[in-house]
Amino acid sequence: MSVIYILLTVSIIVAIIFFVAFIVAVRNGQFDDSYTPSVRMLFEDELVKEKSTIKTNKTN
Amino acid sequence: MTFVTGINEQIKMENNTCFHCGDDCNNHIVSFQDKSFCCNGCKTVFEIFNENDLTCYYDLQNSPGAIPKEIEGKYDFLSQENIIEKLTEFRSDTIEIVTLYIPHIHCSSCIWILENLNKLNPNISDSQVNFGEKTVRVTYNSTETDLKSVVLLLSSIGYEPYISLDDFKSGKKHINRTLIYKLGVAGFAFGNIMFLSFPEYFEVNEFWLEQYKPFFRWLMFALSLPVVFYSAQNYFISAYKGLKAKLLNIDVPIALGISVLFIRSTAEIMFDLGSGFFDSLAGLVFFLLVGKYFQQKTYDFLSFERDYKSYFPIAVTKINSEGNENSIQVYDIKKGDRLVIRNEELIPVDGILINGRAKIDYSFVTGESQTVSKQSGDKLFAGGKQTSGVIELEALKSVEQSYLTQLWSNDVFNKNKEEGFTNITNTISKHFTIAILSIAAIATIFWILTDASKAINVFTAVLIIACPCAIALSAPFTFGNLLRIFGKQKFYIKNASVIEQLALINTVIFDKTGTITSNKNSNAEYDGDLLSDSENVVLKNSLRGSNHPLSRTLYTILEENNIITLDTFQEYIGKGIEAKHNNINLKIGSASFVGNPKGTSVLNTTVHVSSNDIYKGKFTFYNSYRKGVSKLFNQLKSQFDLVILSGDNEGERENLKKLLPAKTKLIFNQKPEDKLEFIKYHQSEGAKVLMIGDGLNDAGALAQSNVGVAISEDVNVFSPACDAILDASKFKQLYQYIKASKSAIKIIKWSFVLSFIYNIVGLYFAVTGQLAPVIAAILMPLSSISIVVFTTIATNLLGRKLK
Repeated sequence: MSVIYILLTVSIIVAIIFFVAFIVAVRNGQFDDSYTPSVRMLFEDELVKEKSTIKTNKTN
Repeated sequence: MTFVTGINEQIKMENNTCFHCGDDCNNHIVSFQDKSFCCNGCKTVFEIFNENDLTCYYDLQNSPGAIPKEIEGKYDFLSQENIIEKLTEFRSDTIEIVTLYIPHIHCSSCIWILENLNKLNPNISDSQVNFGEKTVRVTYNSTETDLKSVVLLLSSIGYEPYISLDDFKSGKKHINRTLIYKLGVAGFAFGNIMFLSFPEYFEVNEFWLEQYKPFFRWLMFALSLPVVFYSAQNYFISAYKGLKAKLLNIDVPIALGISVLFIRSTAEIMFDLGSGFFDSLAGLVFFLLVGKYFQQKTYDFLSFERDYKSYFPIAVTKINSEGNENSIQVYDIKKGDRLVIRNEELIPVDGILINGRAKIDYSFVTGESQTVSKQSGDKLFAGGKQTSGVIELEALKSVEQSYLTQLWSNDVFNKNKEEGFTNITNTISKHFTIAILSIAAIATIFWILTDASKAINVFTAVLIIACPCAIALSAPFTFGNLLRIFGKQKFYIKNASVIEQLALINTVIFDKTGTITSNKNSNAEYDGDLLSDSENVVLKNSLRGSNHPLSRTLYTILEENNIITLDTFQEYIGKGIEAKHNNINLKIGSASFVGNPKGTSVLNTTVHVSSNDIYKGKFTFYNSYRKGVSKLFNQLKSQFDLVILSGDNEGERENLKKLLPAKTKLIFNQKPEDKLEFIKYHQSEGAKVLMIGDGLNDAGALAQSNVGVAISEDVNVFSPACDAILDASKFKQLYQYIKASKSAIKIIKWSFVLSFIYNIVGLYFAVTGQLAPVIAAILMPLSSISIVVFTTIATNLLGRKLK
C-alpha cells in the first residue's frame, strides 16, 4: 500500500506544474488585458485572407 | 464656394453619412470609389487603407474611423532626444518601444488596423493594442524611422495619440499583480487541502488510511503555510494598523480567526487530536481574496486622478532672440520667453499676447465653450486653447505658478477621501468583534466550571466559526457588481467607497455651464422688428459664409431657406458681416457695427441685425439646458438641498428660476476657490455634498466634496480629477443612480442579517463543544457562497430597474 506515497507525490507534482504554469502566465502579463486577445483571436482568419489576396494580386 | 457644394448636397441627400467616420456629411460631400466621405481627411484615410490592402478595416465595423486633424508642427517636439527618452519604454541603438494612449480606440476595427501598422510603415515591427487601457504598444526600428513619424502616421489615419505632460512624469507604469498571485496561491492550496481531507470527512476507519493519516495531515499543514503567511498577510497588517489606531475594523476578527484556525489546527495534528481545520482556513482566505479581486474592478481607460498635467502639452514652440523656432519642454518655460501657439494648441502658461488674432476657448477651465477674442497686449491665462491661426505670446509666469495651476497647491488635492470615512463593514465590525469576544469568554467560563478539558476547545471554536467571512464579502460583492452595472449605464465610479458615500449625501451642488447646460448647442431668441422673407433669406445665406462660432450657431438654429448667391459678402473681423443681395443690404454683428442706438446688453451674448442701415433687432443667445434638467431637479428636491454654483454672471438667473424648483439656491460669480470654500463651509455644518461639475474650474470643488462627479460629453477625453465620471447623455438618470446606491446599502444590511443567521447556527455547535471540522468545512463555504449569490441577484434586480 506504499503506492499511496507515489500516487500522492504524482498528484501533488501535477498540481504544482499547473500552479507554476499559472504563475508564469501571470508574470507574462496574460492577466493584464483580458479583453483584447479575445478580439484578436478572431482576426487570424482575416489576416490570412488578406495575405492570400495580396499573393493572388501579385501572381496576376 | 459653399454654394456649389450646396447643390451637390441636395442631389446626394440619400447617402449622406461618411463611409469612414459615420458623420453626417450635410455640408460637403466628397466622393471616391462610389463611397461618400464627409471631408477630405476621411477620404485620405480611406485612400491610405485602400492602397495598402487594409480595407478590411471597414468590414469589421461600419464607419469606424475618426477624422484626422490638422497637426502640422504640433509634434515637432518628438524629435528631441530628452523627450523621446522620457516617453519610450525601451531604447537601444536600433529598437525603440513606446506605449501611446489613443482615445479613439473603440471597436474591433481599431484593434485590427492598429495591429497592422507594419503594413503602413515596414519599419514598425510590432504593434499591440490593449483595448481596456486604450493604448497601443509600438516597436519600431529607430534607425529607419522615429517616434515623430510613428505619431504622425497614427494621426494621419485618424488615431491621434494623446501625449500630455502627465506621460512625462509618470514614466513606466508599474503593474501590481500581487493580488492575482495571492489568489492563485490560496486557490491552489484550498483545492489540494480539500482533496487531502476527504478521507477524514467521511471518517473511513479503513486500516491503511489510518496508517497514512499523519502524512496527509502534515501535507495539509505544509500547503496552508503559504496561505497564512503570504496570501493572508494583508489582513494581519490591516488588523495591526487598525488596532494601533484603536479601531476595530473588519480585518481584526478576520486576522483573529485565521490565526486561531492555524494555531489550533497545528496543535491538533501535532498532538494527534484531530485533523484540524486547514480546509476551512484555505477556503476562508480564498473567498475573501475573491471578494477583494471582484471589487478591484477599475476602468483602465479612465483616469480619476487627472490634474492639469493631463491637459497640458509636453512641449511648446519657443522663439529665441534670433527669431528661430525650436520646441522646449513646458517645465523649462521661463518668464519673458516668447512662445508660438498654433491652432488647436493649449496655452501652457499665463502670458501677454504679442502677435496674432487670439480666439481662446477656455472650455477646459470654465466649461464655457464660447471662444473669447483677445487683442495684442491682453493677458492670456494658461489652460485656454487657441482656435484660429498662430499667435505669439510672452510668458509671464512659469507653469506651476500660473493662475490655473496654482489651484492644485491647495491641500484638498493631497487628501485621500477614503481615509476618515468609516465604511459600513467596519461600522458593524466594531459591535461584531465585541459581541464575539464576549460570547467566547462566557462560553469558556461556563465550560471551565463544567468540563475544563473542553474549555480551550470551545474558546477557539467560537473564534473560528465566528470569523466574519460572509460579512466581509457582502460589501465587496454588492458594490463590485453595482460598479459594473453603473459602468454599463455610462456612470463610471472610481471605487466602491464612492457608492457608499453617494448613499449618504444630503446636498447636491451643480455647476452651471457645461453641467446643466449643454456645450453642444444653445438657443437664440429674436427680439425686434420682424424681418421680411427676403431679408431672412439673405440673413441665412450670409451666416452660411461665416465661420464665426456665433454665426455657425445662429445658422443651425434658423429655418432652412433657399440657397442664393449674394452680390457682395464681407466679413469684418471682430465686428460682423455685411452682405448685399438685390436691394437688401444686411449688417449682422455687434451693436456698434450695425448702429444700434440703444447700446449693448451687458450680460447676454447678442447678435444685432440691421437692414439698409435701419436697425431691426437682435438675437439673444441663451444656454440650452440639458434635456430633463427640470425633471431631475424636481425628483431631487424632496430629499436634497439643491444649489447651482456658477462661475458665470447672473444673465441666466431669471431663466433658471423658471426652470428649477423654487428652493434651489442660485449663486453666481464664483471663482474656483470660492466654490471650494462654499463646499467646505457647508460640510462643516454637516452637509454631505455631491458636487457635479465639468471644467477644471470645478476641480477644487470636486475634490472637496464628499462625492465629486464630473460630467463629460466624451468620457475618453477631458474630465478633471473626480470620484465618478458621468456620461452627459445619462445626466437625467442621476436620481436613479443615487437611489440605487441607497438600495445597495439596504442589500448589504440584509446580507449581514443572513450571515448572522449562519453565525448563530455555527455558534450553537461551537458553544456546545461539538464543532467538527466537517461542519466548519460545510458552513464556511456555504455561508460565503450564499452571500455572494444573494448580493449578486439582488444587485442585478436593482440594475434592471435602472434601465
